[in-house]
Amino acid sequence: MRESPPSAKLVLEDGTIYLGRSVGAPGERCFELVFQTAMSGYQEILTDPSYCGQGVVMTYPQIGNYGVHPDDEESHRCWPEAFFMRQLSPVASSWRARQSLGAYLKEREVLAMDGLDTRHLTLKLRRQGALRAIFSTEDMDEGRLQAKLQQHPSLSGQDLAQKVSCRQGYAWSQGLDPEFPVQDLPVHNGPPLDLVCLDFGIKRNILRCLVQTGFRPWVVPADTPAEAILERKPDGVFLSNGPGDPAAVEYAHNSVRNLCEAGLPVLGICFGHQILAHAFGGATEKMKFGHHGANHPVIELETGRIDITSQNHSFAVQAESLKGTGLSVTHLNGNDGSVEGLRHQELPVQSVQYHPEAAPGPHDAAHLFARFRQRIRPQS
Amino acid sequence: MPRRDDLESILLIGSGPIVIGQACEFDYSGTQACKALKEEGYRVLLVNSNPATIMTDPDLADRTFIEPITPEFVGRILEQERPDAILPTLGGQTALNTAVGLHQEGLLEKYGVEMIGADFEVIQKAEDRELFRKAMENIGLRNAPSVVAHNLAQAFAGLEQVGLPCVVRPAFTLGGSGGGLAYNRVEFEEVVRRGLMLSPVSEVLIEKSLVGWKEYELEVMRDRSDNCVIICSIENLDPMGVHTGDSITVAPAQTLTDREYQRMRDAAMAIMREIGVETGGSNVQFAVNPEDGDMIVIEMNPRVSRSSALASKATGFPIAKFAAKLAVGYTLDEIQNDITKETPACFEPTLDYVVVKMPRFAFEKFPKSDSTLGTQMKSVGETMAIGRTFEEAFQKALRGLEVGRDGFSGKKTSYQADELRQKVARPAPGRLFAIYDAIVAGHEIEEIQRLSGIDPWFLAFMASLVQADQALGQDGIQGLSRNRLRNLKKRGFSDARLASLCGLGEGELRQRRLGMEIQPGYRLVDTCAGEFQAKTPYFYSTYDCMEEEEAPQPGRRVIILGGGPNRIGQGIEFDYCCVHASLALREMGIESVMINSNPETVSTDFDISDRLYFEPLTLEDVLAVCDREQPEGVIVQFGGQTPLNLAEGLRKAGVPILGTPVNAIDRAEDRGRFAALLRKLGLRQPENGIATSPTEAQQIAERIGFPVLVRPSYVLGGRAMEIVYDGRDLDRYMKEAVSVSPEHPVLIDRFLEDAAEVDVDCLADGKDVLMGAVMEHIEEAGIHSGDSTCVIPPISLGESIVEEIVAATRALALELGVIGLMNVQFAVRGDNVFILEVNPRASRTVPYVAKATGVPLAQLATQVMAGRSLQELGAREPGSNEHIAVKAPAFPFAKFPGARADLGPEMRSTGEVMGIDRSFGLAFAKASEAAGRRLPISGKVFLTVKDADKRQVGLVARNLHDLGFELVATDGTYKVLRRHGIPVTRINKVHEGRPHVVDLIKNREVQLIINTPLGKVTRYDDGMIRTESYQANIPCLTTMSAAMAAVEGIQALKEGHASVRPLQDYFLSVPTA
Repeated sequence: MRESPPSAKLVLEDGTIYLGRSVGAPGERCFELVFQTAMSGYQEILTDPSYCGQGVVMTYPQIGNYGVHPDDEESHRCWPEAFFMRQLSPVASSWRARQSLGAYLKEREVLAMDGLDTRHLTLKLRRQGALRAIFSTEDMDEGRLQAKLQQHPSLSGQDLAQKVSCRQGYAWSQGLDPEFPVQDLPVHNGPPLDLVCLDFGIKRNILRCLVQTGFRPWVVPADTPAEAILERKPDGVFLSNGPGDPAAVEYAHNSVRNLCEAGLPVLGICFGHQILAHAFGGATEKMKFGHHGANHPVIELETGRIDITSQNHSFAVQAESLKGTGLSVTHLNGNDGSVEGLRHQELPVQSVQYHPEAAPGPHDAAHLFARFRQRIRPQS
Repeated sequence: MPRRDDLESILLIGSGPIVIGQACEFDYSGTQACKALKEEGYRVLLVNSNPATIMTDPDLADRTFIEPITPEFVGRILEQERPDAILPTLGGQTALNTAVGLHQEGLLEKYGVEMIGADFEVIQKAEDRELFRKAMENIGLRNAPSVVAHNLAQAFAGLEQVGLPCVVRPAFTLGGSGGGLAYNRVEFEEVVRRGLMLSPVSEVLIEKSLVGWKEYELEVMRDRSDNCVIICSIENLDPMGVHTGDSITVAPAQTLTDREYQRMRDAAMAIMREIGVETGGSNVQFAVNPEDGDMIVIEMNPRVSRSSALASKATGFPIAKFAAKLAVGYTLDEIQNDITKETPACFEPTLDYVVVKMPRFAFEKFPKSDSTLGTQMKSVGETMAIGRTFEEAFQKALRGLEVGRDGFSGKKTSYQADELRQKVARPAPGRLFAIYDAIVAGHEIEEIQRLSGIDPWFLAFMASLVQADQALGQDGIQGLSRNRLRNLKKRGFSDARLASLCGLGEGELRQRRLGMEIQPGYRLVDTCAGEFQAKTPYFYSTYDCMEEEEAPQPGRRVIILGGGPNRIGQGIEFDYCCVHASLALREMGIESVMINSNPETVSTDFDISDRLYFEPLTLEDVLAVCDREQPEGVIVQFGGQTPLNLAEGLRKAGVPILGTPVNAIDRAEDRGRFAALLRKLGLRQPENGIATSPTEAQQIAERIGFPVLVRPSYVLGGRAMEIVYDGRDLDRYMKEAVSVSPEHPVLIDRFLEDAAEVDVDCLADGKDVLMGAVMEHIEEAGIHSGDSTCVIPPISLGESIVEEIVAATRALALELGVIGLMNVQFAVRGDNVFILEVNPRASRTVPYVAKATGVPLAQLATQVMAGRSLQELGAREPGSNEHIAVKAPAFPFAKFPGARADLGPEMRSTGEVMGIDRSFGLAFAKASEAAGRRLPISGKVFLTVKDADKRQVGLVARNLHDLGFELVATDGTYKVLRRHGIPVTRINKVHEGRPHVVDLIKNREVQLIINTPLGKVTRYDDGMIRTESYQANIPCLTTMSAAMAAVEGIQALKEGHASVRPLQDYFLSVPTA
């Protein structure tokens, strides 16, 4: 690990330059930068479709320590436009490791860099908010890179769900790996309930948790109209996480509204939660730098219960916008008081901003899946 | 849930003397708890026998009891003070055991006192091995297969189920005391016997050995609303088989996939719930099979622990403070995160740096003890380092350990055939250096991993550091380009290491580096990886820093250098002084900046100073902070020898040293200059000389006469100091000592046999001198002052002698130009006063003096160093008090089987206690009890004394007989006592056949031993007697003066109960009617 000349360059929209070592695929990309504060779970992060359109900075400096394993994939591919680390591990040390992260990044054609001062970059993002940036292993000319970056649109107004969603419906039947059980989420042995999952970029662990809880998920593309879903006569509908601006997916606002009004029990997570707000006329806003980590306290207002949650979002539901929508706030973020959960006052509809399926992150909120099922079919 | 209003007063139990397994971390946690409870408006009572703690400062609690921490004494405090509750979860195992004792004796119920923090059932469930195993089964978790045994027969029966190798763990002992690993039946029997003896409930757990598995710890907090958070995960670099206190540990966990980590997190929370801890912090330990990830629960501590202190410093999350708040009813969401000041404490810290802790050992003090590390903790201190990467933190920790290493380096270049493999395989201090050599010698990582069980992730970085180190060694200074230097600095290489690789001086390399504009930056420990703004200036240095954070503002500021890792001779007493320095500076409106590397301490609590730098105490690291902070001065006289050793380097670099000039230190330490100083003042010192060769040593010894006291120059804690009685002995010593320290000559002093030793602490401002206290040692001269029992005020010195001592002290302080503290050691023989040693710095006894006299010496000294005069301060010398305060040492001999338990000029105690009462006898009795050597009030006393003591032994024996004791003696002493007409039974010496005296001790048939060793050669019997007495925990008095003190103590105990009284009452300014 002798100092090798910088082989990659990251240029931010404010002109800041970070040099480092290219440790992934060659190429050049523009994106919006966010920082992730989880200390483990880089593979889950890399394969989370919600990162589409974003570059991810890992705040924990040692990444890749335990390699990668196929079971830890949250989707069929890696999504971040680029991945930034302080130090990529030279070895993969775990009985589970099947491949080193370095080899994986190259194989999956992920642009990646290490050797940069990730804390400096993180503090910059905290102070200035999420920034647009360009990363290149090909062109080291700052002027040209800046020019290319100026062409790149911001995340706001972008419908990225279309980009990451499945093209056609499919069934999901795999539950959680019994070797890695989740606290408060025992296997449900009753007859499974049919659940249609609107895929805005769904993570596999959500599906695994749903199966574990006694659902039979059928995953459909983001733009599936309400009628097509209603035709399947499901017991409930699930709205997944996903990337991009929730305001931009108007088609989904409408179909979700229809599904809710049809009286179907609905659960939304993250992007799905934001869609739900929009469906009833609420609004979302772009956050300064969002929540991307595995240590966010969320307070359930009714019980005072606090769960430490996994989070990954750059947009949030505006609390004031909920007036008259029929939706009420059920959860708040313990750190900044932002909206973390909603429930409809009459309809069996609820949503959370955080990730009860974790992956990566703590399992505190996994009970949410069981509670959802309970509400649909009590004591079954 | 808000604060509990049904409680008004709370008794906090401390942890007593510093012993292996229980060190300053409990002063840190207790102090935090005390402050937190006061902040909440409770009336806080506190009991701790250790006077060197910050928590026992009289202004911290409302009522501060420096009393033995035993159910008996704490029970008396309950009876007298009637607090509403006791909080036992912040004082280590001692506090927990005491609380259990109080409960079992019905005292809590009797006095209507509630146990908060954890209740009896919780403690039982967590500590009782069988209950714990069942609890784990209930929640589907596994322990290592194990059986509980209460006697040897049960143990062997259990062994059939568990198999060898196995671990034996005694119940309710601290630091794994008495436990161990057994590979064969002989070892097994030995460990079981020891374990049964040391366990207060005579119970051991025999457990399948998981040697070689990976070891992890999680620090968990839970509140009464069932909010549960993990504060920190820790991964041990040394695999299972080495006590976690003796392991190199790393935070956060490095080699767990998220799935594995979350499974462990779930398990830790389930354990908290099952055991029932609902108002505080705990730690849970896990073993993970590196082959298949199989996870096993090792144990949990339902209290704040050493690891919690580490976790607090590693993350910035003040576990103890919050544990105290949870204990009085708060929930985590109601408490604010101290660092961000805007987010709640109900969250999990996330790090953007790596923390490495390394243990510090003292095996050199215990020759013949086995330095192999096992399940019983043996380290005496630790250092912690923070870096942006493992490599940086690892190398910082290595130099922070202060063992003469400036980073990762080797031991030697050639090894015997299998020697290197053995050294890599055997967990022992310095194994890392053998690993360095193994890598250089071309051993593959896989092989080193197989031998050591260390995870390849750590080994890969080590190998890479070795490569860089060796490459630079080959390329030399020509190869040190700016890029390469910067890269090496980022990887934690010290200037000193790089300089030696390049054949430069450290100063030269530093200049070159600064010339290339390569400097460290400082980063905040902020609990949140930068997500929120940190309000608390708690820093670490890193060369991976594009831009500074929170640069200092202009203003007056002073840097205090701490003492680094605890070691024998340099521990909590110095940290106490550093903390006081910081508090005094802040009070004066001067910004205090602390540099220290010891995570156990109060000084590294970010609440104590205006700015805290968690850094190794090396010249490079300290100068870097000085460059950034530009202080008006640095205080080097409070942290012990560590900062003192840096003084000259700092001065040369132009950093102003506050207080006593560096020259005065040299004048006191350089023998020639010191002798001149004494001559000038007309003071006397024992005849002496300096030898640079064995021949010279013999000449000097002949001139001044045997016995002589020999030691290398510039040592701390009496390292390698010995009394030698003849030429042959001297020759042997010279050969050993010169090999210990080839740079420095050997000092030879006439040893004053049978002299009384006296310590004095004073404070001077250049014009006036304030006497802190004159302390008389109970033991004769020749026993290191840190190991002797001493008393304030002196009890047997004549007034004129005390006056002479005081006058000499004043003269010395003024002549040396001391500004700040000074300690002088005297020997008094007949009417003659000799100066043994002058230390123009804070001494180990400063806190004891402060507690005994009520004069805050360290705070006053700081104010004086910052420019105030004693007159201005209006400081007055302590008046004559009605009370007597005895300080007694606590020894770690029980942890080092095989090592001789003799007292001598080399310090071996790890801590101290104080007994305070209205008479010397009571104070001595309390001190003995607090130090774990409880004086019996009935039973059998065994006496064997040297001829010189045979005149006095009659009196002591007569008193003991009158007090109702049965007496047993070996032949010589037996005859003397018979002649005095004192009833006594004769017992065989070891070589006289059996049963002999050691049998008697092993069977615990005696309750007290009086054994004064013959000066010249400590006989086999004496060594055995004392060693066995420590193993059997029977008080053993080795001098006649101590024996007489004990008699007085026993008398006082028999006459009536020792009372308990808080410090605040001893120092009432208005006399009570």
